Amino acid sequence: MTTMPKTLFQKVWEAHVVREAPGEPTILYIDRQLAYEATSPQAFEGLRLAGRKVRQPNATFTTLDHNVPTRSRRVEDIVDESSAQMIATMERNAQEHHLPFFGFSDPRQGIVHVIGPELGITLPGMTVVCGDSHTSTHGALGAFAMGIGTSEVEHVLATQCLLQKRPRTLEVRINGTLPPGVFAKDVALALMAQFGTAVGTGYVMEFTGPVPRALTLEGRMTLCNLSIEAGARAGMVAPDERTIAYVRGRPFAPQGEEFERAATYWLSLRSDPDASYDHTIHLDVTHLEPQVTWGTNPGLGTGVNGRVPDPAQAKDPAERKAWERALAYMDLAPGIPLTEIHLDKVFIGSCTNSRIEDLREAARYAKGRKVAQGVQAMVVPGSTTVKRQAEEEGLSDIFRAAGFEWRESGCSMCLAMNGDQLAPGERCASTSNRNFEGRQGKGGRTHLVSPAMAAAAAIAGHFVDIRTWQVDE
Amino acid sequence: MEPFNTLDALVMPLDRENINTDDITPVRFLKSIRRVGFGPALFANWRYLDSQNTPNPDFVMNQPRYQGAQIILSRANFGAGSSREHAPWALWESGFRCIIAPSFADIFYNNCFNNGILLITLENSEIDTLFAEVTTQEGYRLYIDLPAQTVTTPSGRIFPFKLDSFKKEGLLKGLDNIGWTLQHADEISRYEERRRQETPWVFLHR
Ligand code: SF4
Repeated sequence: MTTMPKTLFQKVWEAHVVREAPGEPTILYIDRQLAYEATSPQAFEGLRLAGRKVRQPNATFTTLDHNVPTRSRRVEDIVDESSAQMIATMERNAQEHHLPFFGFSDPRQGIVHVIGPELGITLPGMTVVCGDSHTSTHGALGAFAMGIGTSEVEHVLATQCLLQKRPRTLEVRINGTLPPGVFAKDVALALMAQFGTAVGTGYVMEFTGPVPRALTLEGRMTLCNLSIEAGARAGMVAPDERTIAYVRGRPFAPQGEEFERAATYWLSLRSDPDASYDHTIHLDVTHLEPQVTWGTNPGLGTGVNGRVPDPAQAKDPAERKAWERALAYMDLAPGIPLTEIHLDKVFIGSCTNSRIEDLREAARYAKGRKVAQGVQAMVVPGSTTVKRQAEEEGLSDIFRAAGFEWRESGCSMCLAMNGDQLAPGERCASTSNRNFEGRQGKGGRTHLVSPAMAAAAAIAGHFVDIRTWQVDE
Repeated sequence: MEPFNTLDALVMPLDRENINTDDITPVRFLKSIRRVGFGPALFANWRYLDSQNTPNPDFVMNQPRYQGAQIILSRANFGAGSSREHAPWALWESGFRCIIAPSFADIFYNNCFNNGILLITLENSEIDTLFAEVTTQEGYRLYIDLPAQTVTTPSGRIFPFKLDSFKKEGLLKGLDNIGWTLQHADEISRYEERRRQETPWVFLHR
């Protein structure tokens, strides 16, 4: 008997179909939901008004991340009344519905997309949702993970399912080998610079080829995290031995014999050799430079040795207008080298790049050096667990000695909801995921880079090609 | 959710690509645990000149000719970025019931339909035509017929559009998705029972 070859996505999808009927959306079972204080209050309120209960209280994990202060863990340091109210509401909702909750002083607190994999809450082969677009991050484990709106959060709380139209599949084949000083972040930025920020619309992306294979799980998380910026509903990397090794021993992962049984299943999820995708794109990274964005969406960037483009050279009037608008907002003149862009702030953090490996890379460039005068640089670990580990490894000492602020974990200046933000006109090198107008504070200007590039930019006061720096191995 | 059937309304053009949900509803306006009150947040970074919310006279939303508009005409990849449902809430509160563009971001697309806002996808050439007309004709209106799936211009040109039949039904009747899914609660229970056998580690015990 022969069976149709299937992709990773098809296998995960089919394992979660509760009901499929013509003319109806698929009822898809959701294994895990993550919730936090900013996009869930209205969902719980809706549940209450309709007199509905949470169907699976053990399947929704809650924490605090978007509004938490990073200067301290003191409640008095919450930036304002409304943040405090959101935080209190999350805690109350978690209690009322008996949901696991990692609050303010819990050592497991952190950004939802950092703690999910870190604690083994999200596992390979699962369906994972959260009221936050960067839920795509969890796809690095080989899960189908996507961001949803608040109405859908309520839907999942009440039914443990989601109504979905089956997305198409896009294979993103990444060939070559990553040169030194070039990271998953650069791959994702280069992908969008080449294919645009809507290349993934309507698709689930699967990253294949030697580059994702060679990446660590944390690198894969960065890649999948940014798949949403490329418009995709989700990003995925097939589970392999690295995935199994990463998951083994995590607090909420299965243990012992059950783990071995799960591992066998997870390894069976990889795409079959002859499986076909709806579309395939290719990227070769052998000659890739560290990337820097100059515009107001993540696709408007180029290699660090490049220049700010001239709108006169745009391919069509629409692109010219978009570039002109971006350069005006960013206050950049056409033709200037990216290495001449000077910075006011540097932010190392966010669910894109705030894990231990990110901090290790950044610390290599910070070690024994000093943050440039006039630059305010901060490191915000993605979770309290990451923070503790970085302190144990001495990374926090390296950062502090170099003049970086060492903060408590949270979303912080990725979206500027907790009081950490840019002032109008300030320019920032950021390891986060969005350089949209006003994202890091009204009038603030954001350049997206890798953690190593951000750390070096903090030291130099402007962007530099990190490949020219001497650093310890 | 309010049902949507037909709409005859003024059109407001927003001529840029990739309008994201941070543009639609900047984060500093979103700090609330309620579903209402986001109207003033809509396009706040473009609409106001300062923190006192002084209207920016250059922004379309503040121009007299577009007051009362219920339809937005825009460009590709509308609604990119964050999953915040505050974006459709703010649009709804400001009176917008329909957005026409060549393409929309995925999460925003679902969020709008879950809030009774109709999103219409048309070809680039059709969008160009509409932009040319709305910018040159003051008081420009469009007639949206959801049952027939058509957009009709003042001169009588008709643009048909495609729409998923379930989304269409939901909008026409103002249906609650949760209620629909719960009709299949037995199937969900059966599914859970089977998965408990096949992949027991998914179901945590405390
Ligand atoms: S770090 Fe930024 S992108 Fe990630 S969850 Fe927090 S706000 Fe969203």
